[in-house]
Amino acid sequence: MSGAEFLDLACLVALGILTVAFLLTIVRIVLGPTLPDRVLGLDMLVAVVIGYIAVVALYTGFALYLDIAIALGLVGFLSTVALARFVLHRAHNERDKQAVRGEQRP
Amino acid sequence: MIVDLLYYVAGVVVLIGAVFSLLAVIGILRFPDLYTRMHAASKAGTVGSGLCLLALAIASLDLSVAIRALIGLVFLVLTAPISAHLLSRAAYIAGFKPSSEMAVNDLGRAEVVKK
Repeated sequence: MSGAEFLDLACLVALGILTVAFLLTIVRIVLGPTLPDRVLGLDMLVAVVIGYIAVVALYTGFALYLDIAIALGLVGFLSTVALARFVLHRAHNERDKQAVRGEQRP
Repeated sequence: MIVDLLYYVAGVVVLIGAVFSLLAVIGILRFPDLYTRMHAASKAGTVGSGLCLLALAIASLDLSVAIRALIGLVFLVLTAPISAHLLSRAAYIAGFKPSSEMAVNDLGRAEVVKK
């Protein structure tokens, strides 16, 4: 078996493994009991997809996929940061509302 | 000959990266609470995707492609801890309780949470 044949086979096996990982991540996003669990699942989904794109670029030989992977990494990082701020601010808002309700009670 | 060797190395690295991603996802599914799941996702997940990018850098045989793949790897390794730290800190301050099996809780003693 030559090197290129081995690389093609390894890419196919890796694509299969990454597909299983992708589907299991979606299971966690659907199950995930709280909002941060779902945000974590989406973050992991982006990481798995970056690996997937890298393997597809390796398998097909189109290096242009790499730019998509870098851009996806940037978007995934920014969305995780934004969702973390959202989790924090939603908790603060609920705390403020409870404080206001507590003051209005006699 | 040397190209064949690089292809073999890239194939092995890509398989290791895929297995790391799968282990990270199994950790996300099986660990008991958010903070332990974060531990699996931000370490093993980063290594998994990073090894796939590294394999692309090894097997591309092209300097521009290899440098872009390494830039993607460095970016991934730089941003994954930051986003994991932000998310776990936000979840802790928002009041999502860790599992009862948690032994060390340094953030619980910090001043910022008690406000």
